[in-house]
Order: sequence, then structure tokens, then C-alpha cells
Amino acid sequence: MSQTRRQQLAARFREFLPGESVIDQPTSLAAYECDGLSAYRQKPLLVLLPQDTAQVQQIMRLCHEQRLPVVSRGAGTSLSGGALPHAEGVVLSLAKMNRILQVDELSRSAVVEPGVRNLAISEAVQSKGLYYAPDPSSQIACSIGGNVAENAGGVHCLKYGLTLHNILALKVVGADGELFEIDQRCLHRDGYDLMPLLVGSEGMLGIVVEVTVKLLPIPRCARVVMGVFDSIEAAGNSVAAIIAEGIIPAGVEMMDNPAIRAAEDFVHANYPVEAEAILICELDGTEEEVVAQIELVEQVLNKGGAVETRLAKDEAERLLFWSGRKAAFPAVGRISPDYYCIDGTIPRKALAAVLTGVRELSEHYGLPVANVFHAGDGNLHPLILYDANNEGELEKTEELGSKILQLCIHHGGTITGEHGVGIEKIGEMCIQFSDSERNQFHALRECFDPLKILNPGKAIPTLARCAEHNAMHVHDGKLPFPELERF
Amino acid sequence: MTDILDVSIEEELCTQVRAVAANGGEIEIIGGGSKRFYGESIEALPIDVSGHSGIIDYDPAELVITLRGGCKLAEVEALLAQNRQMFGFEPPCFGEDATIGGMVATGLAGPRRAWAGSIRDFVLGVKLLDGRGQVLQFGGRVIKNVAGFDVSRLMVGALGTLGIILEVSIRVIPLSETELTIGYEHASADEHIRWINELGREPFPITASLWHDGRSLLRLSGSEQGVSQAAAQLGGDAIETDWSQVKEQRLEFFDSGLPLSRISLPPASPDMLPAESQLIEWGGAQRWCRGEIDVDALRERVGVVGGNLCAFRRHADGVPMFHPLPAAMLKLQRNIKSSFDPAAVFNSGRIYPGL
Repeated sequence: MSQTRRQQLAARFREFLPGESVIDQPTSLAAYECDGLSAYRQKPLLVLLPQDTAQVQQIMRLCHEQRLPVVSRGAGTSLSGGALPHAEGVVLSLAKMNRILQVDELSRSAVVEPGVRNLAISEAVQSKGLYYAPDPSSQIACSIGGNVAENAGGVHCLKYGLTLHNILALKVVGADGELFEIDQRCLHRDGYDLMPLLVGSEGMLGIVVEVTVKLLPIPRCARVVMGVFDSIEAAGNSVAAIIAEGIIPAGVEMMDNPAIRAAEDFVHANYPVEAEAILICELDGTEEEVVAQIELVEQVLNKGGAVETRLAKDEAERLLFWSGRKAAFPAVGRISPDYYCIDGTIPRKALAAVLTGVRELSEHYGLPVANVFHAGDGNLHPLILYDANNEGELEKTEELGSKILQLCIHHGGTITGEHGVGIEKIGEMCIQFSDSERNQFHALRECFDPLKILNPGKAIPTLARCAEHNAMHVHDGKLPFPELERF
Repeated sequence: MTDILDVSIEEELCTQVRAVAANGGEIEIIGGGSKRFYGESIEALPIDVSGHSGIIDYDPAELVITLRGGCKLAEVEALLAQNRQMFGFEPPCFGEDATIGGMVATGLAGPRRAWAGSIRDFVLGVKLLDGRGQVLQFGGRVIKNVAGFDVSRLMVGALGTLGIILEVSIRVIPLSETELTIGYEHASADEHIRWINELGREPFPITASLWHDGRSLLRLSGSEQGVSQAAAQLGGDAIETDWSQVKEQRLEFFDSGLPLSRISLPPASPDMLPAESQLIEWGGAQRWCRGEIDVDALRERVGVVGGNLCAFRRHADGVPMFHPLPAAMLKLQRNIKSSFDPAAVFNSGRIYPGL
């Protein structure tokens, strides 16, 4: 699209937006050309930074009239390219809408604008003994609007749920600029429940301009125990055994040997570098409850074949145990020029089979894989180590990634547990869903956005795109799941 | 754990739906019939889907159960209890024939709702027969899943207007080690509402609350240590309470022969109902009102504070059961219905005209 068109449109937006809220200079646009998935880059036509709901409505009315694609963006930490700009559209950044509007202690809720950082909510209410539970690893930077768009999880979601479970109300500007509300503060509403449609819709059904979040009382006590295993299978079975005891831990994380080594080299958390797997299990609640449960968990781990269990003796050591897990991604980044993170989720019982399959695929492609795993909820994060400077290695990595996701589907899982489809996994959507299921997604989208201007090209592939994707896999000689209808 | 499943039933249902749709007919989906009162009455061909039953998969360590829509709720709850598990939303049966499909379609939850979550919060995936006679699958059997729009949870409370729920995967929770109910005197509803919301600011293991006739009940559930410690801190008198009587609405309050209204409000909202006719659950969010009321007037009042009113049972003919939606929202929801059921084959009009 021409520079003239860009300038013409910028002038239209400046009719109602302050000058600095419309970015049209190519050098400044470059800051928005990718999100956390930096392998994909695209400069948008314009970046718009509204300051309030009324401005978002005006922007959407003009985009609707002009049929301009709109990609909404929070902090830009998406790992799936959800906020990748459209060459002929605008990026609608909610970064300036970052105020906490209201905290209601009695009903334990807060009303916030979409650009508020996840962690900032908990920080703002900490003095009242409350917090916002979902804690994605990027919580220091990611925004609540982005969390809603992706239905973000976190290490504590086994017990405290995903973003969906911690949102009470949304105000949304629709594709035509009209405002609508989904208000579930009263716990029941007649008619369809649109909250689960909106949460996780990757910016395709509307622009979230206000979020009412649920706040929880901060648990009185949290303790962590580490189980050290010489087999991944034994570690996986121990997770099932803990749950069979009727315990829902606040978090259960697993790391395999390559991930343990990388993390230990990086943060020196005193991890056992010879171990095949470690489990980090956190319990929270009242002092008495936690003491009783942690004892039980230690017994289960020992019975399940742990060669050693370590109980964090104080808060400092609890944080040290977590530091290695929380730094696993950057730790892997230190030992490999590039890494590629997968987000498949599987039923826990398929863990051993899937990890064996991942190991075989890793050997076949000659690319090492380190595994970190939200073991409690079955969400795997295999990290493929590669070097983008080597000719063809990125393509090989993406192919291995796709094979791992197909393995997850095959074992009754899904291609994405918490990172979203975005642009990255759009091909795998053709495998997980049939034509009629994808048609239903498109039909739903058109109920909200008949002109299809919201985040076009993401999350839900077109039939044509799937035909192309699947043709590619036929060319490969191994069509996965031939029983599915495709064309 | 898996049942031996009769695969022909699903095929039969598909054929039946396609035939009705082809003739421009309409279907009323019937499970156990226990919650048929919940929704507007419609003139349509009743199709009994309760024969489509069986357990698809249940492995307690996965905390997930996958069931066919026709499974009997009471039987499933017994199976879960044998494995020391339960549905966290404590669904009411309202009759021994209640089915899983009906439970999901009505979305009705029991005393634990305000603390553990709604049915929607626990549904992980569905297999749906849509209005074109197609079988579609959304979601899955895993706790975290963000591939595609979350269609499975949309089925909760949709009263069968989007299709027949053939199968559903639901997350379950462990049974609590122990439970204890304690009672307090609270003369007014406002006193109770203030008190129960204040309690929510502390991490007490609360799983149910109730206020009626000047008396509050509070249920604590969890580990022996957690419950006894909380009880010691909270004081009050331990009271033997059968919460299933509340869940199943078998208390005398519900059974008076008078109209019953359900008022849903943000939990800390001040009282706005006559005291003698009120029973409050869910930490203040669900307030039952017994007796004749001016439905339109009360709908307007609760609407202002973000609430809604359902004319739940025994209201006069012509009173719409559900709280009206703003026009733009009703239009959006009708479009959503059409996207699943373009010829309006299923349960049309059960919620609102055209829905």
C-alpha cells in the first residue's frame, strides 16, 4: 500500500486522535512489526494508541467504514504471532489504556483497562491481602487485555484456573464500533454465555476495553517440595498419584534432564544435574493444611520411585526451587543460538508415550529438545534447540514442531494449551479440526464481525489455506490421520 | 473406565434430525424431563435423547470424565463418589431421571457454585449434533486448550437451542476430606450479605452459604486441619445440615405452592426484597424470592445494579421466564443460534423468541 494511502488515513485518524497517538513513520512502525514470535515480521500501515473507550469506538467506526484490518495489541508478548500486524491494516495498541479504575474490596474485584500489566493488578491490591491468580510466566510484562485474548494460564492454573475462570465482566467494542458488555458479576445470566467465546478469541471478536477481574485472598502459607527421579515415567506417574490422593497442588512442574542442566548452569538453584526428571510441587492454604499435605506428597513421591525428595526449608529456598523453572526458557536460550517453544497439551496418562515420541522425533531430525512441563494440567513445553543461521534449520525446526503437535493430537490432546494459535499454529488447526468445525468457527466470527476486519488471517484457517497445508503434508509422503475429512 | 457403547444410537439421532430438518420441522430435545420446567414451553416434536447413554472415558487420576448426554446424573455422581470425586458445581437433579445433557444445557448449579465455579468453568469439550445433522467436536479432554473458539462452554445454559449434546468432557474435583456447617444469627439480609462478603477476604475453606429467616449457615470443606482451624477462628454453632435439601430445593421455602423467582446480583449488592420471602445463597449472588411480585418492576430495579431475574417456577402465564436482553445483544445471540441451527430445528423459543 502506498505512502500516500498511509498519510491519507493518518490524517483521518488525526481528526479525532492526538497527533502522537497515530504512528505513521516507518522507523517508529518498526517497533510494532512483531510480537514475542519474532520469526514473523510485518510493518503495519499505521499504529494507533487510543487513550479511552470513546477513541477506540471512533477508531473502529472508521476502520469499519474503510474495511481496514485491525490487529489489537497489548504488551506484544504473544508467543504465537497473535499480534503480528497486517500489511494493509492498523495495529490498535491498548498500551495507553493502563489505568486501574476501581478496586472493590468487599466484592473482591477490580475494574481495569486492558493495558494494565498482569502483575500490576496483584501489586496494587497486595496491601489489602488480595491478588489476581493467573500468573503466566510473562506476568511482569504481559497485559490483562492480552491475557483475555489468549485465555492465558500460568503455573498455578491447576488449582486457580485460567483467565476465563478469573474474569467477572468485559466491556467490548465490536467491529462496528458499538460497545457491548458481558457482565457475570452476579454469577448467572440468562441467554448464551458469551464469556468463553470472547476469552481466548485472539482479538477476532472485538476489542476489550475494560476488564473486571476476580481477586482472591492471598493464601496464608505456600511450601514447595522437589522430587528427584531417574525416570521420566516414574515422575509422570507420581503426578497422577498425588492427584489420586485427593490433593490439588497449587502447581506441579516437571523438567527433564536437558532442561535441568540448562537451568542449573544459569541460576545455580542446586538442581540435581544427573536426574532424568524433577518434579516441583507447591501446596498452599493454611499452615496446618499445608504441613499435612506436604507430608503426604513426600510419601507419594518416595513410593513413586523418587530417589530423593527435598523440602524447601524457608521462603528463600522455595523461591530458589522456582527460580530454575521460571528461568528455564532463557536458560535454554543460553545454550543454543535459538530455540522454538511448543505448547501442546495432552492427557497426563499419555506423558510417557508422548515424551518417548518427542525423543524419537528429536533424534530423527537431529535437533535436541529440552522439556519443561506444566505436569499438573498436561501442558508440555518442548523447546527445540536450533541455529537459525544454519541454512534450512528453521524450516526443519518448524517441521519437527508440527510433528510434535500432531503427536499431541494423536494422544487426545491439543495443539495449544495456553499460547494461542495466532499465525504460528494455523496449519495445525487444519489437522485438529474438520472442515465443518472450522466452518462453524468462521460462522461464529461473522456473527461478531461480518466484514472480517478483526485480526484477519489468524487463529482460524480458511478452507483454501487448509487445502494448501494438507497438500504440503501429502507431499511429505505421510498424511497424518487419513480418516479425517479434509477437502 | 469405559462402557460398551451402542454406536447405532448416534447414527439414528443424526438421521432423525436430518429428516425433521428436511421437512421444515422443529424438535424439542428431551432428556430425563426433570428440568423441562426451566425455559419457555414450545410446540415441537419431542425427541427423547436419554437412550444415548454410556461412559466414554473415566480415569480418576486425570480428573476428567467423558460421558454421553443421556447418562443419568445420579448414576454418574454415585460413580464419582466411589472414586472420592465429585462435580465441583454440585448440580441439582430435580428428579431421578436427570441426565448429563440436561445438566449442561440448563447450566443449573448448586450451593458450591460461588466458590468452586459454574458448569461452564468445568466443561472441557463437547460432541454436538448441529441443526444441519452434522456431528462437530470442540474442546477436548485436557484442562488447557486454546485451539479455536471455546464452543464447548457456549453449550452450558443454551437450553439445547444450539444442538444435541452427544458427549461432554467435564473436569471433576476431589471430594473434601471433611465438611462442617456452622450457624449464626443475622437478623437482616443486609447483615448476612455484609458478613459473608467480608469473610471472602480471608482464605477460609468456605463452600456454601445460606440465609433465611434470620439465620445464616456456612459450610466449610477441606482437610481436617483446615476445617477445624477455620471453625475455631470463626466461632458459631456446629449444625447438622443436609445441603442436598438446599441443592434439590426440598426445603419448605421452595415447596410452598407460591411463585418462585431467582434474583442474581453482584454478591455484595444491598438487599432489595421483602425479608419474609427470601432465601439467599452463593455468598449473596443468588437470592430466591417466594410469593407474588411485580416481575417487570423488579427486573428493572435489579437490572440497574447489573443483576437479572428469572421467573423460575409457578409464575402466571405470559410472564417471560428469563430476563430480557438488550436488543443488540438479542440480535447477536439469534445470529449465533442461526450459525449452529440455520433452520431453527432445535428448541427454538425455549429462552427468548427466536432463541
